[in-house]
Amino acid sequence: MSSLTLPDPDRAVLARANDIAKQLRRLVPDAVVISDREGRSTFECDALTAYRRLPLAVVLPGSTEEVSAILRFCHDNAIKVVPRGAGTSLTGGALPLEDSVVVCLSRMTKVISIDPENRVACVEAGITNIAITNAAAVEGFFYAPDPSSQVACTIGGNIATNSGGAHCLKYGVTVNNLLGVRMVMMDGEIVDIGGSHLEAPGYDFLPLITGSEGQLGIVTEAAVRILKEPEGARPILLGFDSTEAAASCVAAIIAGGIIPVAMEFMDRPAIHVCEHFVAAGYPLDVEALLIVEVEGAEDEIEYLLEKIEDIAKDFLPTEMRRSQSTEETALIWKGRKAAFGAIGQLSDYYCIDGVIPLSQLPKALDEIGWICRKYRFDVANIFHAGDGNLHPLVLYNANDSVQLERVELCGEEILKLCIELGGCLTGEHGVGIEKRELMYEQFTDEDIDQQIQIKEAFDPSWLLNPGKVFPIEGRDARKLRGHELHVLESGIAEGHEAP
Amino acid sequence: MTGHMRLGFHAPETEEELAHLVAEAAETRTPLEVLGRGTKRDIGHPVSAGVVVSSENMADIPLYEPTELVMVAKAGAPIAKIEAKLAESDQELPFEPVDLGPVLGYGPGEGTIGGVIGANLSGSRRLLKGAARDHVLGVRAVNGRGQLIKAGGRVMKNVTGYDISRTLAGSWGTLAMMTEIALKVLPAQREVRTVIFFGLTDQTAIEALCIAMGTPYEVSGTLHMHASLAARFSDEDIAGAGVPVTAIRVENFPASARYRANSLKQALLAYNPALELDTERSKVFWGEVRTLKAFQDKPNPLWRVSTTPTAAAKLVGTLSRKMEVSAVYDWSGGLIWLETPTLTDAGGVDIRRTLAEFGGHATLIRAQDATRAGIDVFHPLDPSMATLSAKLKHAFDPTGILNPGRMYRGM
Repeated sequence: MSSLTLPDPDRAVLARANDIAKQLRRLVPDAVVISDREGRSTFECDALTAYRRLPLAVVLPGSTEEVSAILRFCHDNAIKVVPRGAGTSLTGGALPLEDSVVVCLSRMTKVISIDPENRVACVEAGITNIAITNAAAVEGFFYAPDPSSQVACTIGGNIATNSGGAHCLKYGVTVNNLLGVRMVMMDGEIVDIGGSHLEAPGYDFLPLITGSEGQLGIVTEAAVRILKEPEGARPILLGFDSTEAAASCVAAIIAGGIIPVAMEFMDRPAIHVCEHFVAAGYPLDVEALLIVEVEGAEDEIEYLLEKIEDIAKDFLPTEMRRSQSTEETALIWKGRKAAFGAIGQLSDYYCIDGVIPLSQLPKALDEIGWICRKYRFDVANIFHAGDGNLHPLVLYNANDSVQLERVELCGEEILKLCIELGGCLTGEHGVGIEKRELMYEQFTDEDIDQQIQIKEAFDPSWLLNPGKVFPIEGRDARKLRGHELHVLESGIAEGHEAP
Repeated sequence: MTGHMRLGFHAPETEEELAHLVAEAAETRTPLEVLGRGTKRDIGHPVSAGVVVSSENMADIPLYEPTELVMVAKAGAPIAKIEAKLAESDQELPFEPVDLGPVLGYGPGEGTIGGVIGANLSGSRRLLKGAARDHVLGVRAVNGRGQLIKAGGRVMKNVTGYDISRTLAGSWGTLAMMTEIALKVLPAQREVRTVIFFGLTDQTAIEALCIAMGTPYEVSGTLHMHASLAARFSDEDIAGAGVPVTAIRVENFPASARYRANSLKQALLAYNPALELDTERSKVFWGEVRTLKAFQDKPNPLWRVSTTPTAAAKLVGTLSRKMEVSAVYDWSGGLIWLETPTLTDAGGVDIRRTLAEFGGHATLIRAQDATRAGIDVFHPLDPSMATLSAKLKHAFDPTGILNPGRMYRGM
């Protein structure tokens, strides 16, 4: 990529920038409206820092009604809108457009209710993922999806990309834990979809909204399922002298009828960096490490760990070590969750998010190694192995524009490999601007046309987060109806945040 | 205006054939009644279409990878065939789809996977494992333009483009006709234990069920039923109780299931747990729950009501002051199967008026044709959702030829 086609800014809208900010202030006097250059620059990119664009204005509303008023105003004035939560998207999902108003929900962080009897939490969309669990913990409950960035990322953003996390092998991803949303449509209409009961009448719009990357509406409130905390949980570390043995062990555990709550894979570079960073007690003399966690009552944990050890033995592990204490368990997870940050301390990296069928795991890792060697990059693999969601971290120098271009090509080749092996382009980071042009690798014209028909049912003028998800370059310029296109050159990245 | 289309029954053998047929229907604006094997044909408004399209000749299972927990089945594959295949590898459909066939005059397992997903039918285990739609990984389908579309895939996580596959779940063939479905499956549960309570009032039973769901014992079934309905079960202790019966299910490997059952009994001591069913009896009992055994013998109207557990008992209590109702509460009260007297509207007006007060919605599952033609079978939508639904329908089926009017009139 390294340069990017975006919809041409609407000159008439740009010319009215001051007036628009003024009108927004009048329209939503209690919201925060940011129009000065310095303030806006905070929002010029998300965690895909290579691409930046100053938005026209940024609004931080405090209520659904304010979001509605803002969207109605933008709709009536043909102003594009880019929704934003915490800005942790790794695919440019929250990249502003020059002529867009960024609507950032970071002030809407209220817990509306925690209802342990019906096992539902109602929250505002700008609340962080971890804050939901923290609020539910008072009653002994938790919210299951746990993306690595859970301390920072918002539930609204989680809904936009259907986020998963380490524990989704057992508990499912966002869509499986979402019961209802309050959403504002581009024309300002407020709709309630689903609710605190298990099923909504009529069509099920929740899966359509979940993962739609902010293109169908802005979710302002969510009702999510909360679960009782398990009696206990304990991980086991399994070390192997080849990545292939570790990958085969993952498939064998699933085939053995065991669904651990988490099954994380780290290769040698990842292990060393994390161990150096956190001193989690990972073995250093192995090529691959699995962190397999099971949960339940003490007897159940014992039983499952024994079974897992039995299965693992067939793959000649060089290390099998159960966590002996809650402190050790916490440390093991601290190492895993710090992985992206730790690697980021060492080098810039390009985080890839592809999915493959589990049986293809050994082959996929082998091929990824080869692709990275071909492009002369080091790679660290650290990912959720149980569901085949790969996150190769390709290490490169972000200050070198030639390397940036090469790393993007390398990533593209890895994603094409995932599709070739029967998988898909993205498991949890979304398409954003990053993978937009690869959509035709996975879909036909008809497939994409159907998705566009849906987009247009919700937002016929393409004002809501345009330029994302759908391919718009080359033969597909027609996909962005009514918008002229231009090219955005990448800036030089300045380090990355954890996903 | 049916053009040159051949009226009558079509059962294409390939996706291409189906796509061609639908494209022709779109061009000539010929309404199509979309179905699998027709076991749920009597749910919804009767569809008046001269052309019936069935997926019954697309019934293979092209891919089953037990080690990846994935099965890809053609939409016309009967549930019995799918479950037999899964059983060979000791696996199952985790969402335990409720089987509506027997209450509608068909045999168990006759319905197709396309029908189960098209109606988003989940059983008692939905509380723990999620709904039918949660297990859909991807679909291939023909939309109302006659275009073959695919969405999702066969992998566990996928956020590539809009999630059309799960959106088709529960759309009753009105958006697109599914041809192939990729499903997540899970290892079958070996040991099943059911803790039974007798004689609890609806309110007290639901209180107990909610407590059970708030324990860490991974409860996979929470049921309460009126005495008259319990009497229709084959287990002698349950049928002969003569009082309301409340049941809580736990599953896992043997030692864990036993531990969980015992822990639950401790936690619910105040409610007087009276009986524990072993695996064999449990499987028979929950099998009968799944085929709605309680409603098989009488032809009365049957409603499926969705609400919040804490509202459920009050809702049924209010209704019972207006008409004679019998209820099975599943999902700890979140789902109510309600048998009503044979009234012209099957009790619909009162049910919906009461639901407006308590929150939730109701779908009429079984009733005479005349009743179904006369009332809203699916719960009426509020105006904004009705508008949005019409737009979604138009995005898939602009000429409105797929199962027109089945869910909502004019749509």
